[in-house]
Order: sequence, then structure tokens, then C-alpha cells
Amino acid sequence: MNLSPLVISFQVAIPAGLLTFVLGVWAAHAVTRAGRLQNLWDGLLTLPMVLPPTVVGYFLLLIFGKNGLLGGLLYRAGLSVVFTTQGAVIAATAVSFPLMYRAARGAFEQLDENLISAGRTLGLKESTIFFRVVMPGCWPGIAAGALLAFARALGEYGATSMLAGNIPGKTQTMSLAVASAVAGNNRALASHWVAVIMGISLITMLALNILTGLQRRALGKATN
Amino acid sequence: MKKLAVCALSLLLALAPTGLGRAAEETELYVLAAASLTDVMAQIGEAYRETAPDVRLTFVFDSSGTLQSQIEAGAPADIFVSAAQKQMNALEEEGLIVKESRRDLLVNSVVLIVPADSEAAISSFEDVEDEKVKMVAIGDESVPVGQYTQAIYEHLGLWEAVKAKANLGSNVRAVLAWVESGDVDCGVVYATDAASTDRVRVVAQAPEGSHQPVIYPAAVVAATQRAEAAQAFLSYLAGPEARALFEAAGFTMAESAAE
Repeated sequence: MNLSPLVISFQVAIPAGLLTFVLGVWAAHAVTRAGRLQNLWDGLLTLPMVLPPTVVGYFLLLIFGKNGLLGGLLYRAGLSVVFTTQGAVIAATAVSFPLMYRAARGAFEQLDENLISAGRTLGLKESTIFFRVVMPGCWPGIAAGALLAFARALGEYGATSMLAGNIPGKTQTMSLAVASAVAGNNRALASHWVAVIMGISLITMLALNILTGLQRRALGKATN
Repeated sequence: MKKLAVCALSLLLALAPTGLGRAAEETELYVLAAASLTDVMAQIGEAYRETAPDVRLTFVFDSSGTLQSQIEAGAPADIFVSAAQKQMNALEEEGLIVKESRRDLLVNSVVLIVPADSEAAISSFEDVEDEKVKMVAIGDESVPVGQYTQAIYEHLGLWEAVKAKANLGSNVRAVLAWVESGDVDCGVVYATDAASTDRVRVVAQAPEGSHQPVIYPAAVVAATQRAEAAQAFLSYLAGPEARALFEAAGFTMAESAAE
């Protein structure tokens, strides 16, 4: 069995997970402070989660294609994301982002505002408050969101096949390999990859449940 | 907050250059091919290395409609092999393929299949109407093979009778799977689907002229910067080495393929 889909899946899901983590936490923090436009931003940022992934992929293709707005600029700079691993990273990031964003927002909103106010009265800088008070207070929720987003990025299919294409050995992730094997009536191969994906996803979800358990215990302590 | 933004930006930049700086001595061709060609194209790609060792073929497989959208969006593409004329016609109208390079490459036929171990006396499309067939699997009307099946039975004047005992698959692979498992007495699929498994047997070809031919057209994409290499590979696809592989996969070469 050619293992390249496994390697490519992680080459895509790890950077996508990191990007999603940073962008999601940042967006959640920004939106919590966005004032009147909060609901609009929230809706826009959650959109990739409720849209069909192929629709997200189609949008990305229009944006990043050579004839697209951003794609045209990148092309002139000698960069192309369509049919590349970077394209797969962008697609996986776009689709997994709302999971991270929503989890982080939920965690931020549960944090006791008094802790932040206390930090301010003590004259701490906002960035210090964020990294030393907010993040430590919210980490189980944020970590759970990051894992969920990572698992989603690992299983991405629809948007990825649109933007990055289904190229064996280059952009063909495990999910795409399953689709190809089924299309080619190669059941044994499809079943192998299905087993691998299920194993990895199950491990991720077990880790997620452990984290959620930790979070519940932490919350329990806070209210006692 | 700024730290986070800087983090995100540097991550993006760190990712950006990995796809660049590919060796220049090889000519890379992007071949966008219909998903039904996945296996046979991979074999042809390997065979082509002997003919043109300096050409590296990169295959992108998806539904013909998705590939069309990708070409329209300016995705890197040198050759397009579509599973139907519709997508190729659209691209030709938009001036996105080299018109002179376009040719009908392959023909797929529509066949009636039964489970390999079936003992039922089913030997023609007409037999499906008979009471020895309790259930037949066909593609539903949103699936191309379902549209062909309907055309065949309308041509034979048996559509109402067949529809009454049809189990509709949402894609051709579902139809194939039902026949393989013996859950239906017979099914209508493409010859290439039947050739992909030992667990079904072809008992009949669709009657001549009962449906529009299933043709796979191929063309060089207008945006290619390697027109010569692309044209060479297209000619190879129509040549004798590729022909043997296509036929082993259940395809027939289109009459005009080699012109």
C-alpha cells in the first residue's frame, strides 16, 4: 500500500491545524470585543461550517484561481495555490476554522470578567492579560476546539478536491484516496484507508473527551 | 494581539515557498482526467515514462464538471479528458481549449450485467421485462448512466415495465455494488465498470442506436505553456500502447481517435 496519502494528510492537517488555532483564537478574541457588529462577524466566520464544503471550495477556487482576485496577484508573484499542498492547507483551514473559532469564543465568554478587570487594576498590559490570564483560564476549551479542528482538517474532502485537486502523491490525502479507490472500484484499498482514518479520528476524539472532562472538572472547581 | 497576528503571518509565509523551485530539466504536464479514468490513466502514465522519460505527468482526477470549473478558474492544466461532450463544449465556447487539438478519444458502452454466479436465464435487455427478473438496479435520472438506461428502454418501448421493478442507484458504483452482492437480479452499468470486477458477468450490450454514444473527448488546454509536450501526450493517448491499456479497462477507442 502506497503510504503517501497518510503523509500528505498530516502535511496538510498539521499546518492547517496550527493556522486555524492562531486565526481562530485571534478572531474569537477580536469578535468578543467587536461591539455592535459582533453578530454579523460571528455569522460570517461561522459560515464555512454550515456551507457545503464543495461550495467553500468553489469560493476558494474563484478567489485563488489564476483568474481570481487574490490568485491573480499571487500568480504575478510567481505563486500558485491551486493544485498544490498549500491549496490543501488553505482549504482545510477554511473548513476547520469555525470549529476553533466557536470553541475559543465559548471559552472566552465563560471566563470570569473579574479576573481581567483585576489584571487591569494591577496595571498589566492587555497582551500580558491575554497570555497570562485569559489563555491559561480558557485552555481546556481552546485545546478541545483545536483538536476538533485538527480532526476536521484531517478528514477534509470537498473543499480540498476543488482547490488542491485530487493528485496522487501530491495533494491526494487519505479522504481523497478513499474517494478515488471507490470510484475505481478498488474496495480493498478503500477499506484500508477507511480503517486508518477511523483509527486516527477515534484517537483524536478520545483525546477530546479527556480534555472536555478536564474542562468540566476545572469549571466545577471554579464554581465551588 | 499583535503577537498572534505576527504568528499567523509568519506561518503563512513559512508555508508559501515549499512548492517552488522545482527542477527545470523535467517538463511537467497537468492532465485533468475524469474520475472514471483513474486507474487506467495511472497505468498509461507509467508506460509513458519509457516513451518520454523527461516528461513528468501530474494527474488530477475528479468529475468532469469540477475539472471544467478548475480550468475556468485558471488552474494549472495542459490536457483535459472529459467523460462527456458537455463540459468540453462549454470550454471550447469559452476559448479555453485548443480547438484543433480536440478529438473524441474513447467510447464507453452501456451493458447489462448479472452476478457472476447467477443462474437466471437473462441474456438481453428485453429479458429484464420478463417475470424472471424481480428487481433490476439502474442509475437514477440524475446519473448519466441512468439517463442512458432510460433512453435504451424508451427505445425498446419497455420503460414503464422496467421502471416498476427498478432499484435506483445514486451513482453507477451503487448499481455495480448491488449486482456484485446479488441483491438484485441484474443491473445496467458501463462496460468499464463491469471490467473492474470479477463478481459480475456481462450478458448483453445495449442495442445499436438505442442511446447517444458515451464519448470521452480530449483536448489541449489553451492556457498551456507546454503545447508541444501536451500535443505529444495527446497523440500517445490515441496510439497503440495506450489503446491496449484502455481496452483492457473496458473502453473502446473512438473511431476518429487516431486522426
